Amino acid sequence: MANMQALKTKMPEQLPNIRRENFTEVALGYSAEDAVQEANRCLGCKTRPCVAKCPVNVAIPEFIAELKNGDFAAAASIVKRDNSLAAVCGRVCPQEVQCESACVRGIKGESVAIGRLERFAADFESEAAIDNEEKPQNNGKKVAVVGGGPAGLTCAGELAKKGYSVTVFEALHTAGGVLMYGIPEFRLPKRIVEKEIESLKLLGVEIITNVIVGKSLKLQDLSDDGFNAVFLGTGAGLPNFMKILGENLIGVYSANEFLTRVNLLKAYSAGYDTPLTQPENVAVIGGGNVAMDAARCALRLGAKTVSIIYRRGEDEMPARNEEIHHAKEEGIEFLLLTNPVQILGDDNSKAVELECVKMELGEPDSSGRRRPVEVEGSNFKIAADTIIMAIGNAPNPTLTSAEKELETNRWNCLVVDEDTLQTSIKGVYAGGDAVTGAATVILAMGAGKKAAAAIDDYLKNA
Amino acid sequence: MYKILTKTYLNSSTVEMVVNAPYAAKHAQPGQFVVLRVDEYGERIPLTIADYSAKSGTITIIFQIVGKTTAQLALLNQGDEILDFAGPLGAASELCGFKNAAVIGGGAGCAIAYPQAKALFKMGADVDMIAGFRTSDLIILEDKMRANSTNLTVMTDDGSNGNKGFVTAALEQSINSGKQYDVVIAIGPLPMMKAVAQLTKTYGIKTIVSMNPLMIDGTGMCGCCRVLVDGKMKFACVDGPDFDGHLVDFDDAMKRLASFKALEADAYESFKKTHECNLLK
Repeated sequence: MANMQALKTKMPEQLPNIRRENFTEVALGYSAEDAVQEANRCLGCKTRPCVAKCPVNVAIPEFIAELKNGDFAAAASIVKRDNSLAAVCGRVCPQEVQCESACVRGIKGESVAIGRLERFAADFESEAAIDNEEKPQNNGKKVAVVGGGPAGLTCAGELAKKGYSVTVFEALHTAGGVLMYGIPEFRLPKRIVEKEIESLKLLGVEIITNVIVGKSLKLQDLSDDGFNAVFLGTGAGLPNFMKILGENLIGVYSANEFLTRVNLLKAYSAGYDTPLTQPENVAVIGGGNVAMDAARCALRLGAKTVSIIYRRGEDEMPARNEEIHHAKEEGIEFLLLTNPVQILGDDNSKAVELECVKMELGEPDSSGRRRPVEVEGSNFKIAADTIIMAIGNAPNPTLTSAEKELETNRWNCLVVDEDTLQTSIKGVYAGGDAVTGAATVILAMGAGKKAAAAIDDYLKNA
Repeated sequence: MYKILTKTYLNSSTVEMVVNAPYAAKHAQPGQFVVLRVDEYGERIPLTIADYSAKSGTITIIFQIVGKTTAQLALLNQGDEILDFAGPLGAASELCGFKNAAVIGGGAGCAIAYPQAKALFKMGADVDMIAGFRTSDLIILEDKMRANSTNLTVMTDDGSNGNKGFVTAALEQSINSGKQYDVVIAIGPLPMMKAVAQLTKTYGIKTIVSMNPLMIDGTGMCGCCRVLVDGKMKFACVDGPDFDGHLVDFDDAMKRLASFKALEADAYESFKKTHECNLLK
């Protein structure tokens, strides 16, 4: 008998006034009881609209059916079949615009909490340490994966399952990409990412850190070393700034820098050497998940005030609803329809104030969102010693400047064949932010999976 | 892990290490740098590559002990390992085509200026090397610099080596004596590079400086290393580290370099307290 409750089964969370002072995970996850109750809200539609909206096509009604039966291990195994980073996706996917947006239950009430159920299944497997992975028979072919972020790790996992010898080359000292340096501990505990990486290693994937392909190794070296194909998942690169006055003042960070200091290098934790000046009044520019992450980190570092400054309205914000909701609960202020004009500093070149201007929404632009226009004479200043720019990234030129044969488009993103994700060089594939520009973890994973299938086709026929 | 093959003190506070790092060495070129992390708790710091051998898979770094991380690094000995060591990063120096060069090094910056002089000298250029130090006890690499330049002038701020004055004085004297340089390469502390660039600007001599700002990843991802060049924001790790000295905003760079000064000083002080005996060895 289906559970006809209109609303999702609530997920226990740390209370806002407690969690705003710590870095431990906000959402605590379903109990077994919660999971079965929520699973029973799924009608098991034969048309599976949710599956079609999932970038990696997880067999959603099927894994939920196993949860209903209480066979959590079977549920986990179904999820893992299509999603090699399920515990991550259950936490960070924008489900409301993907699987959950297509859920029939969403027509009258809330959709099934597919993301929460995915997380439950993946965590159950992880805690029970069920070894679903059988190490596949090696097929004697080698694939190099450049970049250990979501796209690269997914591609590596898929290929390893098919029997390829896979080596991941990572530029930083830790694999994981944005999952390690970008998304904070309270939203995605690092032990979960480390666990996912460990399970890839168990599949036989080799990870070599501190190697910058394009610098330490050229594509030719990879070919000389016997790699039969290459996947490039180098991610988005150079952080954008606004090109306003005062951006070089002390206390102005790109979100990448701020988050890397906090998440990867643990600047918040005693005993770690990476410095970060104590933020007091913080302004975060941007309306995406990265902006929410930076703002909520700043709060946890002890900032007195934290404001999100976004030039459009809340409806236009690209962040997940849950992140906006959590940020508000924790006391972050939202200055919407507001745009920075300049940053003002003191005699020591430290940022002290941010001058903003009010905006109003005009006609829709090419993105379909209404274009914000300045309201003349509406300038005002707020106190801000820490200003974090979370307004996206431009592609990183490190690889493309070293490998001239790699075709790029006018935004300097890698050009790939739509169906196979092969670049302008035969046997070299690419996916994720390096191709699309900054997007989501799950889209990068979808690309990694698609490229793995194409690489498999290519090498089977080679 | 990256093993330290040799360690030598060049003066009381400057250390040279040859490190086994085949990936960093394979394609290394003059002007590039590495980013290293001493241990799990460490920060990532950039150090310019002082020498390299692709064949033996080694990178030579020379660093001055200026804070906690460099002090910690200096405590490691031959046979010890550095946790992370990534490179080569940044664009290589463009040295081709110069016939008459002045290469200027300031303090530990000589360790990075010297390979530039060596490369130019090998390519057949006439190289005047001018090296500046605070005092004669701190002079490093004198023989190597002499062997790889047409003329070597060593200046000391206090005159303790008999040559009192800044590098700019020696450079100006040389220019005034009729020397025609097609390039001046200046590597050292920001105030020195600024002074050299100001001087050469008045004579209209092309000047290249090597910027060494704060960095984290060194691959263009974080934007921490941004410098103002000709009024435009550039990232030293991917657009540099070499820039046209006449276009760099040195005052801005000096302010940014001091971003964490107080925190850095505290960290160094407390480190010294706990490691006093070792540092005095």
